[in-house]
Amino acid sequence: MKFAIVVFPGSNCDHDTYYVAKEVLGQDAELIWHKDTSLGGADAVILPGGFAHGDYLRTGAIARFSPIMQEVAKFAADGGPVLGICNGFQVLLEAGLLPGAMLRNRRLQFRCEFLNVRVEQTDTPFTRACRPGQTIKIPIAHGDGNYYAEPDVIERLERNRQVVFRYVSPSGDVAPESNPNGSVNHIAGLCNEARNVVGLMPHPERACELAVGSADGLVVFQSILKWGRESLLEGNLTTMTSGAQTVLNR
Amino acid sequence: MQARVFVTLKPSVFDPQGTTVAEALHTLGYNAVRDVRQGKYFELEIDAANADEARRLAADAAHKLLSNPVIESYRIEVTP
Repeated sequence: MKFAIVVFPGSNCDHDTYYVAKEVLGQDAELIWHKDTSLGGADAVILPGGFAHGDYLRTGAIARFSPIMQEVAKFAADGGPVLGICNGFQVLLEAGLLPGAMLRNRRLQFRCEFLNVRVEQTDTPFTRACRPGQTIKIPIAHGDGNYYAEPDVIERLERNRQVVFRYVSPSGDVAPESNPNGSVNHIAGLCNEARNVVGLMPHPERACELAVGSADGLVVFQSILKWGRESLLEGNLTTMTSGAQTVLNR
Repeated sequence: MQARVFVTLKPSVFDPQGTTVAEALHTLGYNAVRDVRQGKYFELEIDAANADEARRLAADAAHKLLSNPVIESYRIEVTP
């Protein structure tokens, strides 16, 4: 499989994400500059975390107009898997590829810590290796993660099972004190109606090896490989390195 | 031609910054301040034939970039 990781001026998790795709997963990966106009034949696209364009105006507001975003939108419309992590999630919201918007964290703090996230849906390319309701310990690092959408939009998201990740207690229960930013319905991540575009505030790429405190985030990337293997069997994907099976068996 | 664009959070959207500023003002003794809503202010210098044209351009810019219609609304004032 080939991963495209988009680099905006101000991205700072691009190399972490590249490292996971290339070294941990053993897959082909390429960093794509935001002014490029091709995704280089990638099978999956990741918009990484950071502070694209300094978060000027609003988080993701300038980045959505980068030339590469037209390609990302086309790729998504064709059903390609797109993952936005943290700032990448904010870019997807501003670009209209996911519904809603981000507000400043309720207590205005920049929150940087490990916390617990429950996987609510396993039928997306980024969660299909998860158990339903699985709780994973991965870090957040953001000041604008207070997800907001109008009540009718939230109602539709819940009805369509588009809430993919939710902040929970260590035992996996929804509780106000487990919500770090005040997001509506404790939403940590969601998908589009077609379920191929996913955005989340926590950073799975920062928790893929035990040496960094948790390897719980790896399941998100294993999910992409699982999606890739299924696509390969269906004939929608042509290449997959042999290391993928080893990673899936971990 | 100058267009001044005021972007504010919609009334239904919670404003953590405005609330914090209000609390600080209360601490300073400004108890008459009932509420604060924080927003953004832009001055656009525009080459336009008339005020209507400048207003249309500013509205387009406000809708596409200066505001996020999901959470914000805007108001425009034009002066020659």
